[in-house]
Amino acid sequence: MSFDVENYFSELAGGNSILYYRGNIDSDLINKVLDAVEEKMVKGKEQSKLRKRVYNVLVESLQNLYHHVDKAPEDFDDQTSEKFGMVAINKIERGYKILTGNFILSENIGKLEEKIKRINRSSHEEITELYKFILNHQRISPKGGGGLGLVDIARKTGNKLEYSFKKYNDEFSFFYLNILISENN
Amino acid sequence: MEPIVIDGTPKTPTIKFDALQGIFEIKGRSIPENSVEFYKPLVDWLENYKDSPLAKTVVNVRLEYFNTSSSKCILDVFKKLEAIHKAKNDVEVNWFYEEDDEDMLEAGEDYESIIRVPFKMIEIAE
Repeated sequence: MSFDVENYFSELAGGNSILYYRGNIDSDLINKVLDAVEEKMVKGKEQSKLRKRVYNVLVESLQNLYHHVDKAPEDFDDQTSEKFGMVAINKIERGYKILTGNFILSENIGKLEEKIKRINRSSHEEITELYKFILNHQRISPKGGGGLGLVDIARKTGNKLEYSFKKYNDEFSFFYLNILISENN
Repeated sequence: MEPIVIDGTPKTPTIKFDALQGIFEIKGRSIPENSVEFYKPLVDWLENYKDSPLAKTVVNVRLEYFNTSSSKCILDVFKKLEAIHKAKNDVEVNWFYEEDDEDMLEAGEDYESIIRVPFKMIEIAE
């Protein structure tokens, strides 16, 4: 039996998310999630600096899914979603966590992991330079991504990207990303 | 030259580029999934404006949010302005940011360091 993606992700999310979603990641869904989370933060009277950061990071996380997810494996229970992804947003003491999960062809792991490792070993100054370099030199890919999403997330949060790749079957893995946005960064 | 005016939406900014006054404004949120589709007409319009610009062009950028895919398109807009400036025309960018929004200030400084056009960073109260 393949590894249980739903179970794995919901356990990591921990059961008290302010928003939890699994399914197709399209433009409409992105609007709805952004609106819902923004409204909760305004109601929760979050300071505007944190609110803006969470919003920005959420935009990049959701659009990373939108632009980059690989199609779900054929034996996976959700076959109707063209771009299957999972999202959980948790309010924690002094900040927020944004968790995302999606399938990735195992052959694509190397490139993504290399990128994350590079970001995670870079200082804030190096990340800023990397951001400016990519901004100025890399064109928008055919998938529509600018190659800047993760760099921007790391720059804005000032935190390391926590992640894992879990093998699903011979062809696919499940990519989990956990982004911490703390109040005082 | 006809001005280009686009109303804002929750994901795309309000645009007012007025070639007769030389005042260009970008305001609001710029977070579309497909930013090239939105910005291409602006870049094309600027390409035409570049042929006969006013002696002075003022660009006001008042963005609340923008995504990384817009950031590349905004750079393309600035590159057109840089070409106008390089051809000995006066170009000035006013980059507005809310007082506690250091991320938006930094974003303006990124462009300022890449683009050879005078930038003014203007703090506004929330």
